[in-house]
Amino acid sequence: MTFKRPYSAGLAAFAVGLLAASSAYAEATVNKGDNAWMMTSTVLVLLMTIPGLALFYGGLVRSKNMLSVLAQVFYTVCIVTIIWVLYGYSLAFTGGSDFIGGFSKAFLKIAPEGKTILDAQAATFTADVNITELIYICFQMTFAAITPALIVGAFAERMKFAAVALFVPLWVTLIYLPIAHMVWYWAGPDAISAALKAVETAADGAAKTAAQAAFETAKTAFSDDGGWIFKKGAIDFAGGTVVHINAGIAGLVGAILIGKRTGYGKDLMAPHSLTMTMIGASLLWVGWFGFNAGSNLEASGGAALAMTNSFVATAAAALAWMFAEWIIKGHPSLLGALSGAVAGLVAVTPAAGFAGPMGAIVLGLVVGVVCLFFCTVIKNALGYDDALDVFGVHCVGGIVGALGTGILVNPALGGTGVMDYTIGKIAEYDLVAQMTSQFWGVCTTLVWSGVGSAILFKVVDVIVGLRATVEVEREGLDITEHTERAYNM
Amino acid sequence: MKIVMAIIKPFKLEEVRDALTAIGVHGLTVTEVKGYGRQKGHTEIYRGAEYAVSFLPKIKIEVAIASDQVDKTIDAITTAAKTGQIGDGKIFVINLDHAVRIRTGEADAAAL
Repeated sequence: MTFKRPYSAGLAAFAVGLLAASSAYAEATVNKGDNAWMMTSTVLVLLMTIPGLALFYGGLVRSKNMLSVLAQVFYTVCIVTIIWVLYGYSLAFTGGSDFIGGFSKAFLKIAPEGKTILDAQAATFTADVNITELIYICFQMTFAAITPALIVGAFAERMKFAAVALFVPLWVTLIYLPIAHMVWYWAGPDAISAALKAVETAADGAAKTAAQAAFETAKTAFSDDGGWIFKKGAIDFAGGTVVHINAGIAGLVGAILIGKRTGYGKDLMAPHSLTMTMIGASLLWVGWFGFNAGSNLEASGGAALAMTNSFVATAAAALAWMFAEWIIKGHPSLLGALSGAVAGLVAVTPAAGFAGPMGAIVLGLVVGVVCLFFCTVIKNALGYDDALDVFGVHCVGGIVGALGTGILVNPALGGTGVMDYTIGKIAEYDLVAQMTSQFWGVCTTLVWSGVGSAILFKVVDVIVGLRATVEVEREGLDITEHTERAYNM
Repeated sequence: MKIVMAIIKPFKLEEVRDALTAIGVHGLTVTEVKGYGRQKGHTEIYRGAEYAVSFLPKIKIEVAIASDQVDKTIDAITTAAKTGQIGDGKIFVINLDHAVRIRTGEADAAAL
């Protein structure tokens, strides 16, 4: 990989930003309400993965592979948690280059000068409003954990556990961390807002000139210090690109490289418990409020908007999928409604804090039908065995969401518009510019994750082998790989 | 002695049991089975993946009776299990050579 800027230059820019910022929020304290909300959100996102996603996926496989899916998801949460505090957070959320951060906060070395790690603060989207950095670290940790857990659905029922065990840490390190950095890393609003305020309040004459010069310096530092996709202007409120497109394309690549399940298209591969899938999907919806409304980082109106959108887009998408299926196939299915709900949650993820509620309903209606089309017509036409439709729901839903966000953020359509911190207000909306930015985000993620995942799957195949033997597959992964059965009745 | 074996629709089990009790058949073995006959199977659809499920769930009951009770038993089962729809099931009658009650050692007619 090639960096746009050398590491040292990025570090210098970061240091400038840090110096400028430190004077601004030297005496800032965190708001306990924001902290409480973010701690709640963090455990809600954990709930999405375990048991939400685990049960959603587990119910969809055959009973002989139930535990293998649960084990893979649970393992993923545990390994990513450790990676995150060792170096993951630092590589994703410190300055460095446009593509990856540095090691300055590795091993959670976040304590400010002369203080402890309890005093470290992280920026929100409002100047001089911070939250405790440890909470921000845990919050982002749960995002890093759910993303690779989403991928395991694509190659469910045939991948060796050893292969999953090796693939997940490699993928998080080489695919997730750079994408998270590219999309989400920025300098924070404090320094630029303080400089802007200084210009506005400065007396005329020399003071004004000095303040203006300081502002220009701060503006340059602000524009330089951010991730590559962030600087392209792409907006992604809670992770449509970072989580869903990223995981979805990796899943498709994995499903193609590992091959179809033995007996695919011939044997009965019906879900073994749609009851569990319903429980899992519902827990996903509940947990997703932490994901989307939590991504506001403050317990404010923005969080309430994200919460509202996460209700209505999800409901609209579930109805869209269910009624489309009813019209086309003649029956409304529960699995269709559940799949639609997840597709709606995926699509509203990047839009949650940007779209208006009516826009979110339209987004949900569109994504419900588009994902149904991809999970049935396209998948059958192309013949790949994406076992649990990770691509059809998460990647396709993520793309619909990312592009839809670019449209629905428009204040004329009830959106919030995009904040421009260098002028201190909502920027003028420009459809072409915003959609171009969104395309940059989508395409960068597709290429980075698609190509990178293909390489990683090949590496893992050489080291431990990706695929279980046909005998193991027939017997089921639970008893052969884990020597356990899900149900002893 | 005979064994009357019947394959019936699952939701007809209670009615069949009541009918057999009414004619004095005390004892019945029930097994959950799957199979197909003229009813064939049905189609299940999961997110667009269609599966032809050719084995339908049925209940198999077995009763051991004296030979002179066979007609009455068949009548009782037929009446109770009939819906008139395809898939009501079948009755098979098999010769029974010997029977023993495990607790007492009684044999044949006394063991039924």
